Amino acid sequence: MYKIVKKKELTPDIIQYLVEAPLIAKKAKAGQFVVIRVNENGERVPLTISSYQHDKGIISLVAMRVGKSTALLSELEEGDSILDVVGPLGNPSEIENFGRVICVGGGVGVAVVLPIAVELKKAGNYVISIMGAKTEKVLILEKEMKEASDELYICTDDGSRGYHGFVSGFLEEYLSRHLANRENKKHGIDRVVAIGPALMMAAVARVTEQYRIKTIVSLNSIMVDGTGMCGACRVEVGGKTKFVCVDGPEFDAHEVNFDLLVSRQKIYCDQESACYDLYKKDCKCKK
Amino acid sequence: MSGKTDKGAKKEKKDRTPMPEQEPAERINNFKEVALGYTEEDALREASRCLQCKNPKCIKGCPVEINIKEFIRLISGKKFGEALAVIRERNSLPAICGRVCPQEDQCEKECILGLKDRPVAIGRLERYVADRELKRLADIGKECVYLDGNYKCSGEKVAIIGSGPAGLTCASELAKMGYQVTLFEALHKPGGVLVYGIPEFRLPKDIVRKEIEYLKSMDVDLRVNMVMGKILTIRELFDQGYKAVFIATGAGLPHFMNIPGENLNGVYSANEYLTRSNLMKAYEFPKSDTPIVKGKRVAVIGGGNVAMDSARTARRLGAEHVYLIYRRSEKEMPARNEEIEHARQEGIEFMLLTNPARISGKDGWVNSIRLQKMELREPDSSGRRRPVPVEGSGFDLDVDVVIVAVGQGPNPLLTATIKELGLDGRGLIKADPETGKTTVRGVFAGGDIVTGAATVILAMGAGRKAARAIDEFIKTGKW
Repeated sequence: MYKIVKKKELTPDIIQYLVEAPLIAKKAKAGQFVVIRVNENGERVPLTISSYQHDKGIISLVAMRVGKSTALLSELEEGDSILDVVGPLGNPSEIENFGRVICVGGGVGVAVVLPIAVELKKAGNYVISIMGAKTEKVLILEKEMKEASDELYICTDDGSRGYHGFVSGFLEEYLSRHLANRENKKHGIDRVVAIGPALMMAAVARVTEQYRIKTIVSLNSIMVDGTGMCGACRVEVGGKTKFVCVDGPEFDAHEVNFDLLVSRQKIYCDQESACYDLYKKDCKCKK
Repeated sequence: MSGKTDKGAKKEKKDRTPMPEQEPAERINNFKEVALGYTEEDALREASRCLQCKNPKCIKGCPVEINIKEFIRLISGKKFGEALAVIRERNSLPAICGRVCPQEDQCEKECILGLKDRPVAIGRLERYVADRELKRLADIGKECVYLDGNYKCSGEKVAIIGSGPAGLTCASELAKMGYQVTLFEALHKPGGVLVYGIPEFRLPKDIVRKEIEYLKSMDVDLRVNMVMGKILTIRELFDQGYKAVFIATGAGLPHFMNIPGENLNGVYSANEYLTRSNLMKAYEFPKSDTPIVKGKRVAVIGGGNVAMDSARTARRLGAEHVYLIYRRSEKEMPARNEEIEHARQEGIEFMLLTNPARISGKDGWVNSIRLQKMELREPDSSGRRRPVPVEGSGFDLDVDVVIVAVGQGPNPLLTATIKELGLDGRGLIKADPETGKTTVRGVFAGGDIVTGAATVILAMGAGRKAARAIDEFIKTGKW
């Protein structure tokens, strides 16, 4: 059992959980994830570790309520426990002093890119962050992102805050502006890390490909065990089948087959929404 | 075929006692166990077929050398408890082995009766005495033979990685010797392949749970959710005072065929399909939260037990047609005869000497599979006749789910974290078959991670041998 010591609503649907998991906290590195199971009938859900306090034995998980499992999780209160937390899984992010790095986070993906931005900054990089959300009200972890970045830009789909449009649109304008300036020739962009919905990552990849900037994405495919045992999470990278859980979760964005990723994310859409509806109906009955 | 039972006649020929089973038409609608188990009458009758050979060959056919002759003699005398004790001397998981051991290739293959008639049903008798004890305990409100509640191990610390058949056996043997055993499991439930791989209808999970309860009562510290190599390294285990480590992580890495279309929605590895159904109870969805794609026309690729388990699971999940596609003929199939027979009874459609060339789909979902006929030529390195495609024999089969059951390899998650550990070309750990000793001092290995995907009883045998070798290593310090 893994106790939730603090629970914070970042938005009405995105919740941050600080969870007691001393062994995982001790080993966790930026970019790694855990698999959780809320209760005995629960499914195994992968969640990226958003931050970790090695000394306090605590990890932070951020999850958006999208279906039954994340709804069940959101019902847990401070002091309650998550039945199973396994990790740290996956390979850590590659962290070194690359030079100038752009970190792009979309929606709940901001929580995933945050620890990577923190580590990249620590390693001496000049970190430019771009974070986006549908609207101002659902922007998350802005303060933390600001602390981790040398420059921070905000985008909203509806223009309620910052750039009016998608992060990929802003990135394109930023790059064309930045790289057109002759002064910046020696300060090119050395790397982009983009984490968010698959379509956002695909869009970012298309932008950076034109500029030939190495781009890393963290893929959020469906998983079961998270240890390479089942292959549910398989994706195509550079024309080869890879398992996100053990070969990833981070890959070179320009080699990822995003169409396949998007398609495979939808395998259980119908079943999951039916299951969620049933749950919501049941919830209302109880209330 | 219940045979004649003329009393009085001494050692008259009796047919092998059939196993009572759920009728096929009924069982394809549930996940309950197919083979119901012998009654006492069945067991006595079957035990009476044993010739009590002076020089019993069956024992040599058993990988853990159970004293088969003796336990059958005790059954004949209705001394069921004693019979179980004889089995337990050698095998700590009799209710499991009685069900899933390939007896026809082991003890029963050596049985003298088998020369002219069918061999004594040794496995069924083993299961009978184990089940009888579980029932007796249940009747008095107990789950298993708990050892006295104060059972305490105080010996040196030993770490076991993986709680499948090899790990469980090694743990129980070492606990019996008094070692403090910690058993690490990566999944949320212990049991390894017994839990995620073998379906409920062949091995009820309650039986596995009881065997594990028994182990816990022996003061074995069971720790789930521990992905070793990630959360703790082998080096760290030694730093924490463990004197030896036994690696029994199994063969959990699914093989695919590398044909076009394998990543389409609706294409599963058998590991994923079975894990969803067995471990995650997807067959109870939405009561359980893990979904599974229930196909109407399902193709299963492969001819082993895992393929049979997948096909029979698909049938129970409501498939109208389940095609079992295997590139050789039935004779070469690695699956147990019993499984093949059960699959046929359940209406699985066998397409032998047939191999997939590609999988096609529409809107991301599989909708057909391209197959080609094969013919067998001269034997290959495995000793089986090599299948080659028959030119111009390609045809398409409409399917909505494809399950790939062409074998599993070793998972490199742990082995990759300890560089000094010697591996073979396939990634299997190099270990002495008699002791389980690896190339790293204090580290032993056994089961599928050493042999490649094999059987429960072989893995258990490796666990037993390693336990003895670990005991010797800790006592003498000799490597």
